[in-house]
Amino acid sequence: MATTAATVGQVSHAGHVDDRSFLRKYIFSTDHKIIGIQFLIMSLLFLAMGGALAMMMRWQLGFPGQVMPGAALLPETMAPGGILLPEFYISLVTMHGTFMVFFAIMPLLVGVFGNFLIPLKIGAPDMAFPRLNMMSFWVAVPSGLIMLAGFWAEGGHAGAGWTAYAPLSASPEYSGVSLGQQLWCVSLVVLGLSSMLGAVNYITTVINLRAPGMTWFRLPLSIWALFITAILVLLAIPILAGGAIMLLFDQTIGTHFFKPATGGQVLLWQHLFWFFGHPEVYILILPAMGMVSDIIANGSRKPIFGYESMVFAIMGIGFLGWIVWGHHMFQSGMNPTLGQTFMISTLLIAVPSAIKTFNWLGTMWRGSLHFHVPMLHAVAFVAMFVIGGLSGVFMASTPVDIYIHDTYFIVAHIHYVLFGGSLFALFGAITYWYPKMFGRMMNPFWGKAHFWLTFVFYNLTFFPMHQLGLQGHMRRIYDPTQYEFLQPLQPLNQFITIAALLLFASQAIFALNFILSWFRGTKAEANPWHDNALEWTVPSPPPHGNFAVTPTVYRGPYEYSSPEATEDYLPQNKRLPTDRMPASQPAGD
Amino acid sequence: MAHVAVMEPPVAAEHGAGVYNEKLGMWIFLGSEVMFFTALIGSYIILRFGAPGEWARPGVVLNVPITAFNTFLLICSSVSMVKAYAAVVDGDQQKLKLWLLLTILAGASFVGVQVYEYTHLVHRGFLPSGIREGSELAELVAQGTIPEATASIYGSTFYIMTGFHGFHVTCGVVSMIWVYLKALRGGYSATDYRGVEVIGLYWHFVDLVWIILFTIVYLV
Repeated sequence: MATTAATVGQVSHAGHVDDRSFLRKYIFSTDHKIIGIQFLIMSLLFLAMGGALAMMMRWQLGFPGQVMPGAALLPETMAPGGILLPEFYISLVTMHGTFMVFFAIMPLLVGVFGNFLIPLKIGAPDMAFPRLNMMSFWVAVPSGLIMLAGFWAEGGHAGAGWTAYAPLSASPEYSGVSLGQQLWCVSLVVLGLSSMLGAVNYITTVINLRAPGMTWFRLPLSIWALFITAILVLLAIPILAGGAIMLLFDQTIGTHFFKPATGGQVLLWQHLFWFFGHPEVYILILPAMGMVSDIIANGSRKPIFGYESMVFAIMGIGFLGWIVWGHHMFQSGMNPTLGQTFMISTLLIAVPSAIKTFNWLGTMWRGSLHFHVPMLHAVAFVAMFVIGGLSGVFMASTPVDIYIHDTYFIVAHIHYVLFGGSLFALFGAITYWYPKMFGRMMNPFWGKAHFWLTFVFYNLTFFPMHQLGLQGHMRRIYDPTQYEFLQPLQPLNQFITIAALLLFASQAIFALNFILSWFRGTKAEANPWHDNALEWTVPSPPPHGNFAVTPTVYRGPYEYSSPEATEDYLPQNKRLPTDRMPASQPAGD
Repeated sequence: MAHVAVMEPPVAAEHGAGVYNEKLGMWIFLGSEVMFFTALIGSYIILRFGAPGEWARPGVVLNVPITAFNTFLLICSSVSMVKAYAAVVDGDQQKLKLWLLLTILAGASFVGVQVYEYTHLVHRGFLPSGIREGSELAELVAQGTIPEATASIYGSTFYIMTGFHGFHVTCGVVSMIWVYLKALRGGYSATDYRGVEVIGLYWHFVDLVWIILFTIVYLV
């Protein structure tokens, strides 16, 4: 009986004639690849918007009190006379963080690559629940629109920072914002639903839909990372949803959860937020680490160094992420003994992170290095992640954190891991899987131009922020020149602003390369990077249903330069005379 | 053996969890639900232990007997759910429909009793924002029977926990009606009973959460 079921499955999508209407094929599609591309377009738009918000902030910090070019486009409630209002500046700070974390980086990593890569890399025809998958995207879109709508809300958009600390966020009497903060809460609850649906889908798919022979320890590291990330999303997001609902009720129906005068506790919000927020940090980096591992092995033409230690490091980071949230709260008045515990657990995270870093270096060591565009980004990821990781160790130790808490040092750190880490990995990953998504290559010359300009201006923008922070520059401040001790730092602030504007402008190269390659790029062959994983064994882009015949897997995805193969790569589904059939393979194949 | 074809992965695959996708997905989803209720219940514990005074004694504000009856009703509905599942595994369509219907009725009654409870509480002056001025309960606060310092936060935590539980029961009842309508059309059999089993898992989870909530909100 099992044989019959399997045989039916094997031919199910072979020679399948795609007769779906345009609407079913591209808009309300249940195909994981289309949903991945939909997430890609949505989150790149939000990424660009988040960047534009940052440019406005940078203008204000570099040139406070001067008319901002283009400010005439903004309404009077935001920038009367071309000068940003302090309230609007605080909304910018809040929304830059919110959009970048929840609507750009997170959907790019989890929504785009979780969707696009998981079924292809494990040899499945689609996700376990394709319709839930479609719903996940079409719930994320209104969530983004609700968040956008806040800019036009009366009283301005949420202004309590992306962390929405109570009581500032809990009552309009403190921040002057009511509707904007409420929309912020509603949007994140709706987005939480989308993430939860996605996580259920990813986990079920990875557990149940792996092709015959695709054992757990033959999974690409990107899939391992996305799998662990999905578990983090599944368990962390509901905590944020619970907190955001309580915050919403505090503002709308007058509950008292975060109002200390009537029995509530402001620290409760911080605990809830960071109990979600620290796993969220790893949601934003683990998939990047996984994809970087795939790309570095490919660019080094060597098996990944220490595959199993990589897997256990991902699990270790995933686990430790749950017991470190208090390190965001050293300054909150929390019990100092508790702070000590959180300091130790946080420092422990350096161990699996270092294992990963050394494994990447070990992979590259004496490899036959191919610096294609994704590889450049992947190597930059490792370098920048080391800087961001090390500054993280500074902040983890309580005595240092007391000094640098809520300064620009923190801003530098978060951008070294989120931009230098996640976003570089994403640029690499988008370039790497672009041919599989769209069937065309991105232009390598402009890819390299974009990489180098981004790399240089990125460092010029964010590295000096460490210095600003050490000299006491506050993290969220409208006009730094109002303090005498910050005035000597103003040339540095202007330098950062100019570098940031150039960094932003450099992204136009990526945008143009992305759009033009879609129509004019050179046609991609099935396996342009000579990679071993299963998605490269099907045409670019893969047809609906992915695999004409369910692939059988004989080995892990990192068999580069194997002496057993004639080429320097050995696809996972290529059967060598010495390979045995996996136990799960149906008889008669 | 026939059910194997329906309830196993549609294509040849490496050995996974050993259960069909819908059941695995429901278990994973329930993991997420556990965390959601953990957020609410955990906040309640923190707020109650860190409260600026005594909490109101059990039974002063809330009507324990009627909720005890409601708890009994929900536990009974879990039993009838199990009977419905057992019936479909045996291929007994009549009993499946009967037990599903009873489960729906019990679940809907639970929500009904909860709505009655809420209306009554609001009438007496117990609101999510605290005790209403000039209400029956406001007098008890004035007499000192209900500690004033915690009266407001008591309302907030009570309504958010029981409210979200009631919302989950409502979703369960609606889904169960959908399953029932499919059962009326003969959509389930001894070879494919996925919907019944999956809604059953959800239903038992909601029941379990209620037993915890009843204990910590009403009894202590």
